[in-house]
Amino acid sequence: MANYKQYILVCGGTGCTSSGSNDIIDIFNEKLEKNNLNKDIQVVRTGCFGFCEQGPIVKVLPDNTFYVKVEEKDVEEIINEHVIKGRRVERLLYVEPEKNEKIEESPKMPFYKKQVRVALRNAGSINPEDINEYVANDGYIALAKALTEMSRDEVVKTVLDSGLRGRGGGGFPTGLKWNFAKKANGDIKYVICNADEGDPGAFMDRSVLEGDPHAVLEGMALAGYAIGASKGFIYIRAEYPLAVHRLEIAIKQAKELGFLGENIFGTDFSFDIEIRLGAGAFVCGEETALIHSIEGYRGEPTTKPPFPANSGLFNKPTLINNVETYANVAIIVLKGADWYRSFGTDKSPGTKVFALAGAINNVGLVEVPMGTTLSRSSYGNNFKRNCFCEIGGGIRNNGKFKAVQTGGPSGGCIPAAYLDTPIDFDNLMALGSMMGSGGMIVMDESTCMVDVSKFYLTFTVEESCGKCTPCRIGNVRLLETLEKITSGRGKPEDLEKLETLGKVIKDTSLCGLGQTAPNPILSTMHYFRNEYEAHVNERTCPAGACKNLIKFEIDPEKCVGCTACARVCPVEAIKGEIKKPHQIDQEKCIKCGACYATCRFGAITKS
Amino acid sequence: MAKIKSLEDLLKMKETAKKNLTIRNAANDENKIILKVAMGTCGIAAGAKETFNALVEEIAKKGLENVVVVQTGCMGYCHAEPTVEVNEVGKEPVLYGNIKANRASEIIEKHILNNELLQDSIIGETHQRAE
Repeated sequence: MANYKQYILVCGGTGCTSSGSNDIIDIFNEKLEKNNLNKDIQVVRTGCFGFCEQGPIVKVLPDNTFYVKVEEKDVEEIINEHVIKGRRVERLLYVEPEKNEKIEESPKMPFYKKQVRVALRNAGSINPEDINEYVANDGYIALAKALTEMSRDEVVKTVLDSGLRGRGGGGFPTGLKWNFAKKANGDIKYVICNADEGDPGAFMDRSVLEGDPHAVLEGMALAGYAIGASKGFIYIRAEYPLAVHRLEIAIKQAKELGFLGENIFGTDFSFDIEIRLGAGAFVCGEETALIHSIEGYRGEPTTKPPFPANSGLFNKPTLINNVETYANVAIIVLKGADWYRSFGTDKSPGTKVFALAGAINNVGLVEVPMGTTLSRSSYGNNFKRNCFCEIGGGIRNNGKFKAVQTGGPSGGCIPAAYLDTPIDFDNLMALGSMMGSGGMIVMDESTCMVDVSKFYLTFTVEESCGKCTPCRIGNVRLLETLEKITSGRGKPEDLEKLETLGKVIKDTSLCGLGQTAPNPILSTMHYFRNEYEAHVNERTCPAGACKNLIKFEIDPEKCVGCTACARVCPVEAIKGEIKKPHQIDQEKCIKCGACYATCRFGAITKS
Repeated sequence: MAKIKSLEDLLKMKETAKKNLTIRNAANDENKIILKVAMGTCGIAAGAKETFNALVEEIAKKGLENVVVVQTGCMGYCHAEPTVEVNEVGKEPVLYGNIKANRASEIIEKHILNNELLQDSIIGETHQRAE
């Protein structure tokens, strides 16, 4: 048994891996070996720390130093300074944007201080490829206790009492779902984990799978025991290769130790898990479509009922839950329903993982108790001081908060006036948005709400499976209308058309994808109608984002003729003699804004 | 790997696995006690490495979960190496000099476990640190 004295944890999440954390690990190992330190110091590749914006992340233990944006060339300095001489490498410490202070330890960072990590309890602190580290953190104890000390009913009751609601987005009570599946008649039953995360901007499930795969396996095994299933499938998209790889390792290790397979913990309960790769179609996140895909058919949804709990995979009773839901189960069984209820709100207990993105300083993964507000009312509407923003570190470039988009293509935008709303399933619904998978995209004043709707609708149109007419044709018509409006050809009656058609699509689509597709339009029209009106009535884009509606002009009074704008213009649309006012040829201008960003004299106007 | 067939076996496995992670778990402990061992050239020459290892082993032996050993640069007391500084939450750091490996157990036994200072080994503060 090696007795390490120091640990270097390197984030091995997809974000940090893509910015080179694997190479960093290799160089660390190589240099430690060269310095004869490899027996004293262990390099651990962990799951996502959540602080993706600042990656690659390197954390040194036991002194808990948190280094951000580490590059290959920094490794030597970390070893020479920190490891050998015990001095922190100042320049690699995280700088808190608001106070411009360097922060050395992660627990002191606002990003971590406000978080409560339940589903992400192990992500970023254990090596996900080593089952020992999961076991050291109470892994599989819940399963052992459930199998040897609890009846199936007791397990279901614990989940029911905890008030856990499905983290896939709809928020259906998990315990109720388990109860239906348990009561369903069938000789064979299945458990499915829905890991077909595909929302633009969402990566919670991926991070859970990458950072703590055993938590999901244990949750599934508990579900299997509770409902009487002996077989589980994880449906995961093939475009998550790292998550798939870690799951494969985790399943293998769990089987070797007997946590999966025949007669688990010496009981008569047997449970096995297989991975099924999906091709990455958004509609396959719909449970009926997902089931068809596992069966080998096209991933198209069917109407419910029958619900999968009664007739699902191969027409057998099937329990299907999301990754994050399963990741919560083991700790609930271990610590009890009351413990779980001590977080969150009455109707939405527990915590929720959000993928925080957009015009915010600390982009990344955060887990907060349900009911956390976007803003803390005592501070007023100053977004810089509110709770999410304390984690998020404020709006990027000192911008002004405009709206937050939640729930991805199924959700909507929430304006500044509702920043005090505690975020949970029901409140988001009441605001015309949705929890969805938990994507949270913060937008500043430079974002055009019509353009945002167009972005999401483009996504849904591309991802529609085409089975039902409202979704296949209706959404295309919506998109065409939005394109008309953003290009300056919209008419006032188009707004009514958007609303009417949007409502029809919501009411008549076959599955959740179609039923929620118009949400981005409807919610932005509700809160930002003036922006839509400006587009159709005045042919302007107040945010200055819709290219066809903006015009760049040079104020001859202010122009000194420095030629800087002409030099950056990619299409040579700016002409003029040196030291004399320049002009922009509107015909040639592609509205890229390069001249606007370059001019140091404020001579170029955008309207 | 042998199959784990009972909750007891699993708990045993957990204990072993946890021991390997003690230092890592302690890093997040709010009440952790930090033992800083000066590891400048002078410290290492005087045997600070052995002291460091002995401290780590002693902590593991006693099963202390909130005590971590960290190495630092030279603290400037080259004449009294190896030096060990004990940092407890809410208390002034205590600096000991001439702590060879064989005295590691003394620090753990007396200072950490019994709150008793090793009077004859304390180095008086001779300077102030800029914070």
